Amino acid sequence: MKHTHQLRIGPVGFRIGSDWAAPIAQLKTLYRDYPSPHGDIADFNVRLFATRPWRRLVRPSVMIGGDYILPEAAPLPLAQGLLAAEMAMNLQMALGQRRYLLIHASVVERDGRALIMTGESGAGKSTLAAMLAARGWRLMGDEFALVDPTTGLIHAFPRLVSLKNKAIHVVSAAMPKGRFGPLLAATPKGDIQHLVPDARAIAAMDQPAMPALLLFPNFGFAPAIRDVGAGEVFVRLTQASTNYVAMGERGFTALTRLVREIPAKAIDYPDTGAAMTAVEQLWTGL
Amino acid sequence: MPEVAYHAVALDTLRLVAADDLIFAYHRASGITHLLAPPAPEILNILAEAPMRADELLVQLAALYDLADGDLAMLVARLDELIAAGLVWRA
Repeated sequence: MKHTHQLRIGPVGFRIGSDWAAPIAQLKTLYRDYPSPHGDIADFNVRLFATRPWRRLVRPSVMIGGDYILPEAAPLPLAQGLLAAEMAMNLQMALGQRRYLLIHASVVERDGRALIMTGESGAGKSTLAAMLAARGWRLMGDEFALVDPTTGLIHAFPRLVSLKNKAIHVVSAAMPKGRFGPLLAATPKGDIQHLVPDARAIAAMDQPAMPALLLFPNFGFAPAIRDVGAGEVFVRLTQASTNYVAMGERGFTALTRLVREIPAKAIDYPDTGAAMTAVEQLWTGL
Repeated sequence: MPEVAYHAVALDTLRLVAADDLIFAYHRASGITHLLAPPAPEILNILAEAPMRADELLVQLAALYDLADGDLAMLVARLDELIAAGLVWRA
C-alpha cells in the first residue's frame, strides 16, 4: 500500500498499510518509541483502504481490513483514521491470535504480579488502568490480557490506551505530563482520545507477569466489594475471551488455571478515587 | 415402555477440573466446555463404566454417593440435560 508502518506491541508485530498518509503519520508519532516487529516480520497485516478508488479523495472513508476481516465492519471518516487503525489492529488480534488466550481486559503490574481488570464496555477498564499507571503501577495493556497457556504468565500488550468520553478529562487531569493523541469527536463509541503508555510501560513490555488478582469493576454504584465464585468467573472470562473456542484445550488449561489459582473480586465504585482505594485494599490483602 | 440404557462418553475424552463445588469439563471430541454440578459428574462416572437404565443408575448413585433426593423423575431430568450437552445418549 502507499503508506506503511511497522511496529511491535508486546510480543505481537503489526504491519499497517494505508491509502492515506494521515493515519500512518499519527501512528508513527504516537508509537514512535515502539520497536519494529521481531526480525522485521509482522504477525498481522492491517489495511486501511478506500471503499471505492475515488473515496480516497472525495468524502474519504476508511474501511478496515487485513489478514482477518469482519464483513459487517462499517467505514469511518478519514478524521477518525487513527481509531480505524487501532480497531483494525484489535480485530487482527481478536480473530487471529492463537499463541495466547486473549481476555478482553486491562492489566497493570506491581512487584512482578499482574492485576487483571475485565468487564463490559463502560465498566472502566481503561480508565482504572491509566489511573493506576499514574500512581506508579506498570501499564501492561488496556485491551487484551495475553495469557500464555504453558506458563500461565500474562504478557503485556501496551497499545495506546483508548479513553472515552468523561474518562478523557479524568485521566488528562491526573496525568498532566501524559502524551495524548488527537481528540476524535463523535465516533461510533463517542469521543475518544488515546493516551500513549509511559516510557516504563514501553521499556518493560517484554516482561510478563504472574497474575495475582482478577477484578470485575463496575462503574456507577455505591462502593462495594464481593467475592466471585469459580463458576461465575469461568463464564465471565469465556465471554470476555475472543479466542477461547479457537484455542481448544490449551484455552481450557489457561482459563481453568486462572479460575482456580487467582482470587476474583467484583468491585462497585462511584468514582475513580473509590476504585483506587478498593484496589489498594485488595492488593494489600493478597 | 422400551427399556433403553443410558450411555456416557468415555472419561478419557474429557478433561475435568474441579473448582469450588463445580467441575469444568472440556470435551475433546466436540471442543465444547461444560460446567457440571452434582450429580452430573457422578452420573458420567457410573455410566462410563457400564451403560444402564435410569432405575439401575439411581440404585448405583444412591449406593455410591449420599444422594439427597433419590427421585427417578429428577434423575431422568438430569440425564436429559446431559443428553442435550452431548455427553450422554440413549440406545
